[in-house]
Amino acid sequence: MRIHEFQAKHLLARYGLNVPAGSVAISTGEAGDIARELGGPVVVKAQIHAGGRQRAGGIQPADGPAAARAVAGRLLGTSLVTAQTGPGGQKVRRVLVEAAIAAERELHIALLIDTSSGEVMLIGSARGGVDIEEQAARGEIRLNRLVLGSGSEARAQEVAAFVMALGLEGALCEQGCALIDGLRRAFVELDASLIEINPLALTAAGSLVALDVKMMLDDNALFRHPELAALRDEDDTSAAELQAQRHQLNYVQLDGNIGIVANGAGLGLATLDMLVAAKGRPANFMDIRTTANSLDIAQGFRLLLDNPATRAILINVHGGGMQPCDTIAEGLGIALRRSGRSLPLVVRLAGNNADFARSRLQNFGCAVVDCPDMWTAASQAVALSQKGA
Amino acid sequence: MAVFLNRETRVLCQGMTGWAGTYHVARMMEYGTQVVGGVTPGKGGRSHLNLPVYDRIADARRETGANASIVFVPPANAAAAMIEAIEAEMPLVVAVTERIPTLDMVRVRSALKGGRTTLVGANSQGILVPGVGKLGVMATGGERPGGVGIISRSASLTSEVVAQVTAAGLGQSTTIGVGGDPIHGIGMRECLERLLDDADTECVVLIGEIGGTEEEEAAEYLAGVRTSKPVIALIVGLAAPLDRRMGHAGALALSGKGDAAGKIKALEAAGVRIAPSAHLIGETVRQALAERAGIPAIQRNAGML
Repeated sequence: MRIHEFQAKHLLARYGLNVPAGSVAISTGEAGDIARELGGPVVVKAQIHAGGRQRAGGIQPADGPAAARAVAGRLLGTSLVTAQTGPGGQKVRRVLVEAAIAAERELHIALLIDTSSGEVMLIGSARGGVDIEEQAARGEIRLNRLVLGSGSEARAQEVAAFVMALGLEGALCEQGCALIDGLRRAFVELDASLIEINPLALTAAGSLVALDVKMMLDDNALFRHPELAALRDEDDTSAAELQAQRHQLNYVQLDGNIGIVANGAGLGLATLDMLVAAKGRPANFMDIRTTANSLDIAQGFRLLLDNPATRAILINVHGGGMQPCDTIAEGLGIALRRSGRSLPLVVRLAGNNADFARSRLQNFGCAVVDCPDMWTAASQAVALSQKGA
Repeated sequence: MAVFLNRETRVLCQGMTGWAGTYHVARMMEYGTQVVGGVTPGKGGRSHLNLPVYDRIADARRETGANASIVFVPPANAAAAMIEAIEAEMPLVVAVTERIPTLDMVRVRSALKGGRTTLVGANSQGILVPGVGKLGVMATGGERPGGVGIISRSASLTSEVVAQVTAAGLGQSTTIGVGGDPIHGIGMRECLERLLDDADTECVVLIGEIGGTEEEEAAEYLAGVRTSKPVIALIVGLAAPLDRRMGHAGALALSGKGDAAGKIKALEAAGVRIAPSAHLIGETVRQALAERAGIPAIQRNAGML
């Protein structure tokens, strides 16, 4: 789960991270009031769940309360389109108004879980800023890495060497080590999956201040952090994706016209690849978790039937030990009875209870195109989606 | 000798008295797996499925002589169950539980260091040795004893590949799911090592997907060994929109690797045959074995060094 910048800064300040003074506003009036209290120049930052805000005009300076009100007025309520939001953009419902900080130098620091070593890893660069991904891809900046481990004792000497490699010496090294120690504690205690500070400003006065923070929390650990679960911004998750999550489904909306349903992420990805190879355009990715029951699955089919762009649905199921084919057939039958919409349905059923699933579909009166293998099913779905158009 | 699991394997089930444990232990026993008991804290001394239940795995292991365990414990306590099994020096632990917190798995990984346990999973469908036994939750009926070893990150694709291999007139030696979570026990590389070393396995199928670096690590290993056994791979996720998963955080992209094209390139460079599409995996395996049969035996043995 991704949380907003203002939420992440608030959480990490408790672990000793320096963040600019500021507060979040939902109206122009509030933005002006915060700027007045702060005094001096401020920065007004759109709070959305996507990067690339700076270039898209989502982060703007203001030299006082009147300017802050004006900037907030331009941002609030609009859809901000950045390189990461997709063409529709994301609606700006809040802005963060912060004291403007002049950086002598900008650095980059991130903590994440390194799948290879199975440990918490620290990544850092002596240069930060908006272009870091592109610069790293072109090999223009050096990224330092250090496996931290999850234990309570971070390796002090290695961390100090890491910090010095970022160009932070003497008193600054001490400050950098304390910062990393705080971040590591936060990462472990809050069950984070990512904390990224970019840029981390080094000010003329010699302090390290986090100008921007991206933070993600492990969805699987939210059960033990109810206070963090409450940070979820449901406005920023598409209604369909939210609905899917509640029903044990992984759903990602795409921009094509063929709905995809598969059981298992691997089979779902294979189906997506095959549909694209058959020159089809997927409308979504949907993987049914083994814990979903037929009513959950019916809700999933409902999402596909409710998507006006859908012209055909491709259902690729290999029944396993935890979820036989008939559970999915039953979900489809229920969804079709509830929905008035009739679409071409192409199914490929194999494995556990495939025949029983076929008879279930027949009993429900579902008219389906039953295909013997995945490739035939994908090709059929493409042909039928074009026929209907 | 199959890998990981044979007729002598004696299995304990952690979390046997729950719904999933009860159901799948019964299926495992029907398949011929030797299950010798269960562990559920607080239920020690009872009998379940006509098997003794223990409070602690160390006691259960001592009294039953078990050398493997399967974990059905719910996510909140699954890591503790795995760590308990590791501390009891259980040689093999298979964890089926899904949605375990990632940092819990980091703790499990550190408990594994220097220990004697091989952990499979979590979020794994387990291990199947056709005709011998299953230590997992996969459906059976489509498999057939044979020489194709299968290593996978996905349960559903494993079922698919098993069915295609059988349809191609072949059979499976061992199928193993390393698990779908980012941090897990045994990886593809080590499974590959064991299967290449297994006399019953004639070729190996790797089923990979976007994300992580396991396929790259398996490729790196293969590039450095000589084997006459063909390795075939299916990598899915070529058409998946990477930005939807990774674009939300620059650091994830910075950690590099993980896209399907990169994995395919690394595996091809290591001599792995890539199945052109998920529906062609059975055919690709059949071809690879047929071509290998054309190589003279002496040369083949030389390659085994």
